[in-house]
Amino acid sequence: MCHPPPAVREDESVGWSWGGQELGPDECMNGLDLVSHSQITRLYSRFTSLDKGENGTLSREDFQRIPELAINPLGDRIINAFFPEGEDQVNFRGFMRTLAHFRPIEDNEKSKDVNGPEPLNSRSNKLHFAFRLYDLDKDDKISRDELLQVLRMMVGVNISDEQLGSIADRTIQEADQDGDSAISFTEFVKVLEKVDVEQKMSIRFLH
Amino acid sequence: MEGAELAGKILSTWLTLVICLILLPSAFGVSLGISEMYMKLLVKTLEWATIRIEKGVSKESVLKNSASVGIIQRDESPMEKGLSGLRGRDFELSDVFYFSKKGLEAIVEDEVTQRFSSEELVSWNLLTRTNVNFHYISLRLTMVWVLGVIVRYCVLLPLSLKNWLSELVHLTCCRICVRALSGTIHYHNKQYRPQKGGICVANHTSPIDVLILTTDGCYAMVGQVHGGLMGIIQRAMVKACPHVWFERSEMKDRHLVTKRLKEHIADKKKLPILIFPEGTCINNTSVMMFKKGSFEIGGTIHPVAIKYNPQFGDAFWNSSKYNMVSYLLRMMTSWAIVCDVWYMPPMTREEGEDAVQFANRVKSAIAVQGGLTELPWDGGLKRAKVKDTFKEEQQKNYSKMIVGNGSL
Repeated sequence: MCHPPPAVREDESVGWSWGGQELGPDECMNGLDLVSHSQITRLYSRFTSLDKGENGTLSREDFQRIPELAINPLGDRIINAFFPEGEDQVNFRGFMRTLAHFRPIEDNEKSKDVNGPEPLNSRSNKLHFAFRLYDLDKDDKISRDELLQVLRMMVGVNISDEQLGSIADRTIQEADQDGDSAISFTEFVKVLEKVDVEQKMSIRFLH
Repeated sequence: MEGAELAGKILSTWLTLVICLILLPSAFGVSLGISEMYMKLLVKTLEWATIRIEKGVSKESVLKNSASVGIIQRDESPMEKGLSGLRGRDFELSDVFYFSKKGLEAIVEDEVTQRFSSEELVSWNLLTRTNVNFHYISLRLTMVWVLGVIVRYCVLLPLSLKNWLSELVHLTCCRICVRALSGTIHYHNKQYRPQKGGICVANHTSPIDVLILTTDGCYAMVGQVHGGLMGIIQRAMVKACPHVWFERSEMKDRHLVTKRLKEHIADKKKLPILIFPEGTCINNTSVMMFKKGSFEIGGTIHPVAIKYNPQFGDAFWNSSKYNMVSYLLRMMTSWAIVCDVWYMPPMTREEGEDAVQFANRVKSAIAVQGGLTELPWDGGLKRAKVKDTFKEEQQKNYSKMIVGNGSL
């Protein structure tokens, strides 16, 4: 059951305080201050309803309990995106950080600070999010092996190894420019330059 | 000493009042019209309270957001459209976008897990429990709320307990119980009330469903033998009407269960069987998958739709969060239980229809009648994990897309 969320203290210098967890200035500048009060309330409510252990953090099991996510072929990779390196728990700040990647880009036009760090939901950061879904070992390169593994997640048992292998080879061939048989982030961005990332990687919040 | 005497006098007057105004009329099935007055008063108070709250709240109020609208605008486009391709297009690096967006949408808001928590109300019904965003609005409102607490805990609860005890004694006087819970039930279409030798099927929100249905007719229950409080009630009920109880081990043997139920309905003199095919309590905003077992028995199915009015108290029993006793306590200290019961025309399995299709047909009918959303998901998801077959289906669809007609 949801308890009423703790009071939000809007402090110009420090930023939002929510649930006893400070959201630092970078979160503010990255567009979280543009999230309305009601949206944060709903998301906090959602966070606590997922948090079965009621300890203020979510574990991987908490995510896997969502049926629609459990049947998503890339469910595990998406869940992984929430957890920082080597950690098994994500707090509300981390939850919001990851969700912030999916805010629509046009909201940034309302941003007060044009000289601040790049917002989390910029085109580049959205692409980075997708890149990290492929890059299993986090070495900033998508190798043939990693591509194969992700492809296997998406197609299940329905495509043979050889066919999948040739799909992977073709993809790397098209994207690879420096000849290292792997896709770097720059190459990734180049391949996707014509794709409407804004629309495909944005979730519209209702007010 | 004087204080004690005064208290004693108050107590005895109060008890007399209770007996005269509640017990006696209930025993004789006569209504003094008090409940009707109480309900009217309640509705007026709640309306007034809601208006006060809405006035005192700023434009960005969460209360204005209807819970049923949702947090986000979900992109319901199927996989083909979401991957922006015709059949037989090749794999592209951007394909992950579709799956990650779907995944994030599910994380923010999904259809299933919200059915297992209490419905979020748009207006506040003066029960702190239901409103997540309780604001201190005005002194007057708080006073009304405090008064409400006093009334609920000091007046209604003892009344309920007393009445509840008498229910154990007067098994068939269900009306007392309903009155104790300040229940107002509207029965619609009484001509379709389940007949002997049939099976009554209804959506399930709380154990009170049973109470509500039995107030208007006698049913034979199907269920497990329980220990504890439920067991006592069960044994007491058996004396009144012949029920069909199973040991837990017997429940596992589906054929045995089906056989015994078939025998029961074959005997036209026996009471109609009452079954809740969802298998678990759902929070009354939707109807989940009906287990096909009840529909394999044959015979005539009499569907019944039960819908509670959430304004007066949340009847949903979240069995993974509350046990029976605390649930009953919550029920008794709610304002009232108001619900609608719709009896529907009987349905039978048609030619060429298997049990699953029949179950879905009945489920749709109940959902439409009760104004509930229909979901294909299994109510068992409350406790168990989702089956892998759904994921495999998605993978299959995707594979078909990128390989297409052998174009590789």
